[in-house]
Amino acid sequence: MVNWPLEIVRAVLLTVAVFTFMAVVGAMFGVLLERKVGGWIQSRLGPKHVGPQGLLQTVADTIKLLQKEHIEPRAADRAIFNTAPLVVAVAGLMSWVVIPFGTLGDRVLVVRDLNIGVVFFAAMASLTVVGILAGGFASNNKYALLGGLRSASQMISYELPLAMALIAVAMEAGTLSTVGIVEAQAGWFGSFAFRQFPAFVIFLIAATAEVNRVPFDLPEAESELVAGYFSEYTGMRFALFQLGEYGEMFAMAAMATTLFLGGWKGPVLPGVVWFLLKMYLIVFLLMWVRWTYPRYRLDQLLNLSWKVLLPAGLVWILITGYRVTF
Amino acid sequence: MGQLAAFIILSVVTLVAAVVVVASQNIVRSALSLIPTLLGIAGIYILLQAEYVAGIQVLIYAGAITVLILFVIMLTEHGTGARFRQVNEQVLPGTIAVAVLAALLMAVFFGTAWPRPAGALPQYSATAIGVTFLTNAILVFVVTSFVLLIALMGAIVIARRER
Amino acid sequence: MTLGLTHFLVLSTLLFCLGLFAMLTRRNAVAILMGVELMLNAANINLVAFNKYVAPGALNGQVFALVVITLAACEAGVGLALVMSAYRNLETVHVDEINVMKW
Repeated sequence: MVNWPLEIVRAVLLTVAVFTFMAVVGAMFGVLLERKVGGWIQSRLGPKHVGPQGLLQTVADTIKLLQKEHIEPRAADRAIFNTAPLVVAVAGLMSWVVIPFGTLGDRVLVVRDLNIGVVFFAAMASLTVVGILAGGFASNNKYALLGGLRSASQMISYELPLAMALIAVAMEAGTLSTVGIVEAQAGWFGSFAFRQFPAFVIFLIAATAEVNRVPFDLPEAESELVAGYFSEYTGMRFALFQLGEYGEMFAMAAMATTLFLGGWKGPVLPGVVWFLLKMYLIVFLLMWVRWTYPRYRLDQLLNLSWKVLLPAGLVWILITGYRVTF
Repeated sequence: MGQLAAFIILSVVTLVAAVVVVASQNIVRSALSLIPTLLGIAGIYILLQAEYVAGIQVLIYAGAITVLILFVIMLTEHGTGARFRQVNEQVLPGTIAVAVLAALLMAVFFGTAWPRPAGALPQYSATAIGVTFLTNAILVFVVTSFVLLIALMGAIVIARRER
Repeated sequence: MTLGLTHFLVLSTLLFCLGLFAMLTRRNAVAILMGVELMLNAANINLVAFNKYVAPGALNGQVFALVVITLAACEAGVGLALVMSAYRNLETVHVDEINVMKW
């Protein structure tokens, strides 16, 4: 029989380790990376003054956010207002449970290798929508409500092409478990980026829209809706929303690495280093796209999902089914 | 022993959240409390070794149907109906009828001697479910996909604004 | 005592009765639909529990539960579209105010 207390302790410790990794790497380092990369693309330097080369900038930002006053709108629903950022942050961080980081000896470094790993990842991405809707509604502010509704409709529209890309890869690999999908990509040109290139493109576009990044960031456009669904949030709750969004962006990049670029496989360096290199490559790609393209309007955004990506995903599943069977 | 503890925790979460869904005066809190209920039920499915059903439950029920319900609440009354009476005048007969039904069902469940055949569930349920859908239950699969298509078209036609 | 079939049956009975109570006594149409969802979930728990404890050879219970989840999604979609259309024409979502045949 399973040793229950040991399993619970092990699960809690691993989850805390992964969340800490995400908080340090994802939120702190990622925000700084975004500002530096944005600066270089726009021919300026990013933050430079705090710490050597500006490396402590995010620490300074976090301390600033932590000491801000906690304001609640008077007519807002307090319980929902305070729980919404928690839902977004936790759903964004729970996606990391199924992502394999590498190998140590012959054990794979993953919190839990669920045999429905890919479905679990899509489910956590769809739980974020509820937190955003609740946050937008509970602020009792019409811009927040509009931002929340727009963001929710965008995210549920793009869940479908995301799921189509995941299904196509799972069909070709024959398993829904993330470790199994990495094992199915062998050799230099065996990674699914080549064999499943349309699914790769669909996944990257859908992932950008799922985490509300430019060119799909109309719900949080600074010039349009104040700050969208988190207009009324101050201090630590605002930081929690940002943590959830950056955590989910890094989780999408990590999932793209696992599904399409071969996870931890690589010739000379240890697996974890290859995984981090590939994940940061995709994060850099997402940031590059952010600082290059203008923003889509809402109806153009939804048209892209329903009229272009969804039929393309369905046709690609048909083609993959044919290739797998014959 | 550990499974019994997990079952008790999950069912307490599910039932408390379900009571909030049923009895809350604020319709938005009612809809948001549907999420712990559905997540608790997904945990129960995992206890029953139905992992794929649990994943689909979170993805579709907690992720999509709840969002649909919240959208309709926000587009119809903005949840400001808290000042209206939320229950109609059938509370007392309703409670009696429901309590009688619960007592009858539990009497039946505790009174029957359920058979306990030997055998085990397949290890990897997602593949086994896929195989079942495409061999034994293929008619169900195709008809359900038609029903989904028709429901999708029907919902769009019904909810469209008249020109 | 170990976990048995009756534990799951008691849970699903309670959920079903809570859903039925919501359907009988609430005035808001969306709340009635939430009660229907609770009842469907209770039936699903029954199906999957019986699959594991009484008929573990095949996976018919889980397949049936998946079909029920799909049909519940369809029914929620159509039902909520009806609620929205009713709100647009009759300006109310309380079902006991919709009691005239001609509007």
